[in-house]
Amino acid sequence: MTAAVEQVAGRSLWQDAQHRLRRNRAAVIALMLIIGITALSIVGPWAAPHPYDTLNYDFIAIAPNLAHGFFLGTDAVGRDLFVRILYGVRISLMVALAATTVSLTIGIVYGAVAGYVGGRLDEAMMRVVDVLYSLPFMFFVIILMVVFGRNIILMFLALGAVEWLTMARIVRGQAMSLKNREFIEAAIAAGARTPTIIRRHIIPNLLGPVVVYVTLTIPQVILVESFLSFLGLGVQEPLTSLGVLISEGADEMETAPWMLIFPAATLAVLLFSFNFLGDGVRDALDPKDR
Amino acid sequence: MSIASLALRRLFTAVPTLFIIITAAFFMMRAAPGGPFDSERALLPEIEANIKAAYDLDKPLVDQYFIYLKRVVRGDFGPSYKFKDFTVNELIATGFPTSLKLGGAAIILALALGVSLGTAAALRQNSLTDHVVMTAAMTGIAVPNFVMAPLMALIFGIYLKLLPVAGWEEGTIKDMVLPVIALTLPYTAYIARLTRGSMIEVLHTNYVRTARAKGLPERRIIIRHALPAAILPVVSFLGPATAGIITGSVVIEQIFQVPGIGRYFVQGALNRDYTLVMGVVIFYAALIMLFNLIVDLVYAFLDPRVRYK
Repeated sequence: MTAAVEQVAGRSLWQDAQHRLRRNRAAVIALMLIIGITALSIVGPWAAPHPYDTLNYDFIAIAPNLAHGFFLGTDAVGRDLFVRILYGVRISLMVALAATTVSLTIGIVYGAVAGYVGGRLDEAMMRVVDVLYSLPFMFFVIILMVVFGRNIILMFLALGAVEWLTMARIVRGQAMSLKNREFIEAAIAAGARTPTIIRRHIIPNLLGPVVVYVTLTIPQVILVESFLSFLGLGVQEPLTSLGVLISEGADEMETAPWMLIFPAATLAVLLFSFNFLGDGVRDALDPKDR
Repeated sequence: MSIASLALRRLFTAVPTLFIIITAAFFMMRAAPGGPFDSERALLPEIEANIKAAYDLDKPLVDQYFIYLKRVVRGDFGPSYKFKDFTVNELIATGFPTSLKLGGAAIILALALGVSLGTAAALRQNSLTDHVVMTAAMTGIAVPNFVMAPLMALIFGIYLKLLPVAGWEEGTIKDMVLPVIALTLPYTAYIARLTRGSMIEVLHTNYVRTARAKGLPERRIIIRHALPAAILPVVSFLGPATAGIITGSVVIEQIFQVPGIGRYFVQGALNRDYTLVMGVVIFYAALIMLFNLIVDLVYAFLDPRVRYK
């Protein structure tokens, strides 16, 4: 009896969430797919028989061909599609990582300060977010790409700068509700200063919703990067991205449908997996929605 | 707060926002390394000076900004840098009717289809209908339109030969089917999800139970009692949805070769046609804000709590 009670009491929020996530089959499959695709994109290009940028004039736009090592065929100038797709995945994952980190950093600091400090400052800061929200941001990212050339680093920053708004709102809401909890009162009573409280007590305690939002931001960022690359405003030759490959494939789909289907399927699987994982994490961390 | 004062207050925030957009767009464009005429062959210095004078590029930056601002306030976006002999206004005027037709059809379809599918799923929660609709919705949300569009063109245009792969001759229904569906799919999906969620919630409220207790027919309960409340989150989603459909139409017009504003915009962006890109961005921004305003007013009209807050 006592032992059982102890066991139940011993499970933390995170262990609980982990347990619930593991029981969600869609989320587990999604997570395994993400890990598999990530591993393949890291190891694959190194192990594949062809480099990503070699033109093979004897094998222009051929269908998948195992004998010559073109597992998914070649593109219009004879480059190996398999390796190019893996490079595209690398770019997508890199963008996801970098842009999400940027949006996370800005969003958490901004939201935590606004929510915890409150009052006039909060009102002013949230008004800024409201104004930014109503801007057609995609067009600003496009202007940035037009103006400063198609620079990958800039794209990371631009995408991160677009995505932080929602994060800031979520964090602010959490910070406001945390503000009145006893442990914050205790910290104030102990003489901790505001920046210390935000850094040591507020931010660590709002990780739950943040984790959920991060898993849902990742597919968003991947999608925007592919969108820009599809229009020719993202990653440039000879490097490639899934958006570029899909756009090239769409041009050749009548004669070489694999050039469209494989990159499109890869992007779809990637986005699906992140969306399912995001939904799973949300269900796991937010018992209200169960 | 009356609806009129709400509208007025929104207009007061819209004007500075638009001003920020114009200013940011202008200085971002001017911060660009290299001018719009750099790629052309080397010109005689006198001719270059003439061109620059014609576009006011010889004046100090701040003066250029005020010249541009004054023009924009009068609704004049200036000449296009790359489409010679055309003003940006002319290009927007040529493309807008087509884009409006495409985007309007997409929004109406998303609303009609999304709300009915969402309601159907909510009424038969956890049934086969529900699962099918929600799986389809997940697909619609997760797969972006620039992936869906070429795949649909491949299947329905090339393999089944049912519909034209691309093209837009005066916008016949046949030409419109694929672009409109590709454009509307993510929003139909999202609206279906929103409607399902809020409908399930509304169906559990007391006033719906009262209506049932009164013995009203189910149809009437849903249409007259439940739907107006369940549709509120959909109405507030219409603002972002319009912005998304406008952005999406850029790519859809490109894929299906629809002669709308989006195609000019992409060409302008690839050619560094600064006036065109800025003109389209400002035009779209104004359009999105106008639509947001309308949405807010409709929301206030539908939900008395907003009015009397």
